[in-house]
Amino acid sequence: MLGLTHYLVVAALLFALGLFAVVTRRNSVTILMGIELMLNAANINLVAFNKYAAPGAMQGQIFALIVITLAACEAAVGLALVLAAYRTLETVYVDEINIMKW
Amino acid sequence: MSWGWEVLRAAAGTVIIFSGVALVAAMFGVLLERKISAWMQSRLGPKHVGPQGLLQTLADTIKLLQKENIVPTRADRTIFASAVIVVPLAALLDYVVIPFGTTRSGPLIFRDLNIGVLYFAATSSLVVIGILMAGWGSNNKYALLGGLRSAAQMVTYEIPMGVVLVTVALLAGSLSTVTIVNGQSGPHHLWYVLEQPVAFVIFLIAATAEVNRVPFDLVEAESELVAGYFSEYSGMRFALFQLGEYGEMFAMAAMAVTLFLGGWLGLPFLPPVLWFVIKLYAVIFVFMWVRWTYPRFRIDQMLSFSWKVLIPVSVLNLVVTAFFVIVVRR
Amino acid sequence: MSGEAVVFYLLAAVTLGSGAVIVTSGNIVHAAAALVPALLGVTGLYILLNAEFVAGIQVLIYAGAITVLILFAIMLTEGGTGLGGRQRNEQTAVGAAVAAAMAALLIAVAVRTNWAPPAAGATLPSYTPGAIGQSFLGRNILVFEGTSIVLLVSLMGAIMIARRED
Repeated sequence: MLGLTHYLVVAALLFALGLFAVVTRRNSVTILMGIELMLNAANINLVAFNKYAAPGAMQGQIFALIVITLAACEAAVGLALVLAAYRTLETVYVDEINIMKW
Repeated sequence: MSWGWEVLRAAAGTVIIFSGVALVAAMFGVLLERKISAWMQSRLGPKHVGPQGLLQTLADTIKLLQKENIVPTRADRTIFASAVIVVPLAALLDYVVIPFGTTRSGPLIFRDLNIGVLYFAATSSLVVIGILMAGWGSNNKYALLGGLRSAAQMVTYEIPMGVVLVTVALLAGSLSTVTIVNGQSGPHHLWYVLEQPVAFVIFLIAATAEVNRVPFDLVEAESELVAGYFSEYSGMRFALFQLGEYGEMFAMAAMAVTLFLGGWLGLPFLPPVLWFVIKLYAVIFVFMWVRWTYPRFRIDQMLSFSWKVLIPVSVLNLVVTAFFVIVVRR
Repeated sequence: MSGEAVVFYLLAAVTLGSGAVIVTSGNIVHAAAALVPALLGVTGLYILLNAEFVAGIQVLIYAGAITVLILFAIMLTEGGTGLGGRQRNEQTAVGAAVAAAMAALLIAVAVRTNWAPPAAGATLPSYTPGAIGQSFLGRNILVFEGTSIVLLVSLMGAIMIARRED
């Protein structure tokens, strides 16, 4: 019988995959993809809690819709930053963008 | 294992949609396009194969099926092959929420989702990914340029289409397509094309741009970009892309009929399904008529037309409609 | 096994498998293309959780717009010619350990907590788009208006940042 725990486990694994992508990848666009995976994992948690723990109101789904909207904003601004950085610094790899280090 | 029957029914529905779209939209639609364009250009169309050329597309399909599947040498094979699946799949998924008519036991629809119109907008936006993958995976400058331009165009024209869909849903009070058609019946309601003519025109323009037809077909213009994003596809893969393009055109026409022209509603001397088919082919004729009448836009003219004209007009239309719905109708 | 459980395991396999391809693939275009089945798997999970409106919005925005944005960014930066570069930095072992520890912690908390079961016999209210709309203009109007301001600001910001300086 499906329960809340199944969805929480799937969301936890997806979150861990996103975290691995953010920590270990060099290309900044891949890091943004990892961030999207983490946001999706959080959304699954929100909607699962809405159905199983608090089915009266729909706060979980509202919160998930707001998170999707803000993820779209953040992806747009993040990718604009990546494009601007590529134009000036000629690279998208985050370990090569170190001109402020001494 | 009672869910096995549901899986079987879903598989049967998929087969029906695929064969229906393949026969009616792709085969008959291509033939109709050639005959109508011939009539408008004062010549005869295909007339050798079959009576009056009716089996022409069948002959074309058999020819395409026996051609060799060529993959360019340094193309990305995975992406090249999966683009062929994404484009027709997104086009075929559109048909789940279109009501084809009504019978004694209810509307003739695959699934009357309560988010019907939103589902239609969502599956239309999946085609863009397939086009980008096709343009990239071909390892060809023209294909890549065509794919990027086509993706930019489709993403831009989704916005006025979405706003128009929201406007009609506002009038009907629901996102479900069956409720929208039922909202156009009855003694005090008109078809929405009479209540919202601006929205109808915007929907037709946006639909023409979404399926990459003239005057918005810069991305596959034969004289400019060879064939755009599907230059490198041959044989059955080309046939599947054509299936996707014509299937999407028929789905857009069917949605225009459902939203604006009253779906299956009509005088009772013909069955409702036949009224739907008549209206569908009327809208298809308008699409083909526009194709052979207008020249093609440049990419910057196309994009600025959407951003600077269609989006402000459609948003203004939405605001005025919302005002009327709240103030006048309540 | 009930049908719901079969579909759930299938969707979870699709989502986690595509997620694994995204985070480990050496070819960035393959990773971006694998984002699509991952997001569609999450859409299926939303439908299983009776959240159809959220599922429709997820396909429209995530799979339809954000994926296209990521593909455009890959094609406009050196995603095409830079495919031969190393894709993983030197923190792979540490990163894997941290991710595994995080997953283990979250799964342990999820499995061991005794979540209160919903009231027996309670039927779910229907989460229709109308009800969500009423909620946005009722209880949640502040977050709705705030999100629209954030959208406007991020739209202007993205255009200004990505503009050419000529």
